[in-house]
Amino acid sequence: MAVDVGGLSPYDWGPTIRAACFGCGKSMKKIMVCLKRVVDYNVRVRVKADGTGVVTDGVKMSINPFDEIALEEALRIRERGGAAEVVVVTIGPADCQQQLRTGLAMGADRAILVEHGTELEPLAVAGLLLKLVEKEHPDLVIVGKQAIDDDCNQTGQMLAALWDRPQATFASKLEVDGDRIRVTREVDAGLEVIEADLPAVVTTDLRLNEPRYVKLPDIMKAKKKPLEILAAGSLGAALEPSLRTTGYAPPPERQKGAMVADVDALVGALRDKGFLG
Amino acid sequence: MSDYQAPVREMMFVLRELAGIDAVATLPAYTDATADVVEAVLGEAAQLAADVIAPTNAIGDRAGTRIQNGGVVVPPEFIDVYRQFTAGGWAGLSLDAGMGGQGLPYAVGVAAEEIWQAANLAWALCPLLTQAAARTIESHGSATLRRTYVQRMASGEWTGTMNLTEPQAGSDLAAVRTQAVREGDHYRVSGQKIFITWGDHDMADNIVHLVLARLPDAEAGTRGTSLFLVPKFLVNPDGSIGARNGVAPVSVEHKLGIHGSPTCVMAFDNAIGYLVGEEGRGLACMFTMMNHARLGVGLEGIAISERSYQKARAYARDRVQGRTADGRSRAIIGHPDVRRMVVTMKSQIEAMRAAAYCVAADLDFAHHAPDPAARARHQARVDLLIPVIKGWCTETAQQLTSIGLQVHGGMGYVEETGVAQYYRDARITTIYEGTTGIQAGDFVGRKILRDGGTALQALIADMRATVRELKAGGERLAVIAAGLERGVAALAASAAWLAGNWQRHPAIPGAASYHLLMLTGVLLGAWQHGRSALAAVRLLGAGGGDRAFLEARLATAAFYATQILPQAEASRQAIVAGSDDLLALPENQL
Ligand SMILES: Cc1cc2nc3c(=O)[nH]c(=O)nc-3n(C[C@H](O)[C@H](O)[C@H](O)COP(=O)(O)OP(=O)(O)OC[C@H]3O[C@@H](n4cnc5c(N)ncnc54)[C@H](O)[C@@H]3O)c2cc1C
Repeated sequence: MAVDVGGLSPYDWGPTIRAACFGCGKSMKKIMVCLKRVVDYNVRVRVKADGTGVVTDGVKMSINPFDEIALEEALRIRERGGAAEVVVVTIGPADCQQQLRTGLAMGADRAILVEHGTELEPLAVAGLLLKLVEKEHPDLVIVGKQAIDDDCNQTGQMLAALWDRPQATFASKLEVDGDRIRVTREVDAGLEVIEADLPAVVTTDLRLNEPRYVKLPDIMKAKKKPLEILAAGSLGAALEPSLRTTGYAPPPERQKGAMVADVDALVGALRDKGFLG
Repeated sequence: MSDYQAPVREMMFVLRELAGIDAVATLPAYTDATADVVEAVLGEAAQLAADVIAPTNAIGDRAGTRIQNGGVVVPPEFIDVYRQFTAGGWAGLSLDAGMGGQGLPYAVGVAAEEIWQAANLAWALCPLLTQAAARTIESHGSATLRRTYVQRMASGEWTGTMNLTEPQAGSDLAAVRTQAVREGDHYRVSGQKIFITWGDHDMADNIVHLVLARLPDAEAGTRGTSLFLVPKFLVNPDGSIGARNGVAPVSVEHKLGIHGSPTCVMAFDNAIGYLVGEEGRGLACMFTMMNHARLGVGLEGIAISERSYQKARAYARDRVQGRTADGRSRAIIGHPDVRRMVVTMKSQIEAMRAAAYCVAADLDFAHHAPDPAARARHQARVDLLIPVIKGWCTETAQQLTSIGLQVHGGMGYVEETGVAQYYRDARITTIYEGTTGIQAGDFVGRKILRDGGTALQALIADMRATVRELKAGGERLAVIAAGLERGVAALAASAAWLAGNWQRHPAIPGAASYHLLMLTGVLLGAWQHGRSALAAVRLLGAGGGDRAFLEARLATAAFYATQILPQAEASRQAIVAGSDDLLALPENQL
């Protein structure tokens, strides 16, 4: 089902969204893709015994899957001739270079690490990304709709707001035409198609594409591509947290199920537990 | 989630702390192979293996291969896997850049090979044989042959085979009868080969057969064989594919395991062939690739054991049965005997992996160390240990894949569970590329007795140095030190006994050979566990790294020392018993 609800959706606060002529444009200079290093989606996450966080020692870390999709999309645009350069950026500890190298091996042209030792909240991340945007002047920023560790789903939106540019979130299709994009979004009602002027922020949903496997020769080449390291503190963004984490706990263990004889017994059991009136 | 996740962290620990990947990366040929690049390479290989290759393993087992219209048809999923594998540039990972490969060290190549083999052993044989054939052509082929074939094999565009075996010529390759007759600048090859792995298939555009054959005027025996390159399709001077050559598959075997790998009877009928190396030097040419090929099959034993281990571990954590000793009903991994099985697998897989990767690093040094004396020293170590890696790792894989099945109880015996396939697939590894008996004979005869035990004594000296380090390493290492010291004593005593007695009876070396090979293997594993424990203590002391992982290395090493290593002493007793009891039984009483 494709529903074109048109106009402004409640998710899009950007200033310029209007009808466009597609198929007659020039190519972008630069796409910026933001990557986050997260615990690999295959790992069964465990909470530290002292409740101060989740175990990451010796745990496999990867690019957040939604961000991988973001990078894949940027690379496809560039490969179609729609962009000249793809820059991957991340904010985090020095170890994040590993994920940036993976991004370079997938095909990004260069990388920027904003080094910071502790966890940052989405607003701080968006503030740092804004500094990078002001430095790099990308025509398009693509980020994952959320990171699979904290599931915030905020950074892309906040960046667009701080930057005062359009945003198109939950993209499942992205078309670029000159200085405009047309994005199909996954919304509760189905699919929504919107258009936006560039520069803009796009956040990716799962169905946008299937990221490529890295090729061996490209891993070797990635080592020689430029990777710039900036100190988070040097960029002049506000990093102070506004939330205080009081503890981490695993979800309660699943209780053993009980077999009931028939539907009547099931209804009775649900009633006993107060789930049915 | 795929049921095979390559143990990249474990592999990196072995490469960094035991095989010395940092030292390998100082060799001029390998400056690109820094640990961070290697980790990225193995990480991506693991991803491809988990998502793309591993899911085809059971498919190939069920579908098998067949002959249709004179050609072998493999499961379509294999074709797709092969396309993704070659498109990703993985086929030539450890081949030299000059051959069109990626030029990574063999120490990295073995880790990648382990990953492909664990993901799908039957399928992985194709790239393995292709690499071996490409190396052989590169080392011995004429400039024209090298130019025409090597790059296209390194890329995986064309695949390769080894056509050695004939019905009357298996372990004894000097008995081959396939004929080659000179005709101008090439030869005409006729005869029948059997058991040819990936002898035909529809995954690639051309197949390059290396065929052992005999010239009409050749002398009898090993010096009478020559090696020929026989392409499935002839290649035009411009490199394009030309006419079909006179070689075809006749049938494929029905086998216990590796069903996805076509094992072909091949008919050569006046096929055009090109000499590789010199006339009469066929077996000598084969020997240069033998170290890689045998190490490769040793890795198969490790790989298939790892796959079985991962499945057994998951089942043991999941399956609830009975009450454990502390009275609480828990998963079966709580039963001490199930725990014994799982740790037996883990500890021996780690031992074998470390030993094999270290030999691969020795191969890198043997080829590329600037100092000729160092090259010779590493080559001697490689030559000594290759038959041990091949024989011991594949024999141990028989036990470990059997244990992996046992952990599953009755479900293990049911094909649908999948763990039985590993057990069946593992079975071939002690047979092809030289049976265990042939490895053991090579080890004792060519690698020990021929050089008067020099290479073996150098190994023993290195092991003793580790014993001294362990003894100085404090309480935590005491058990490991004591075990290794006893094991080294058993090997030294066996070697001394053999040196003093082998000439007493012609059967003595052969009678001792299997036991000496297994003793050396088990001890090699203990030595690597000792070195691993030293590294773990050092890293723990430095406060870095993943403490739980390093503590587990220590615990595993201790288990190996107390519960696996005693096999070394049993082997010693069998060796020094000589051959009398073995021969006492007359043949008609067998
Ligand atoms: C699935 C499969 C794939 C194969 N792939 C290939 C391939 O791609 N190319 C190829 O050329 N061949 C291939 N082979 C053949 C394989 O290498 C031989 O089967 C193997 O070398 C053993 O030879 P054989 O079968 O003739 O056994 P035999 O040589 O008859 O051995 C029988 C037994 O006698 C023992 N024995 C024989 N000679 C000695 C000795 N001198 N000292 C001590 N013990 C001895 C052996 O250890 C064995 O236990 C393959 C075989 C199989 C089953």
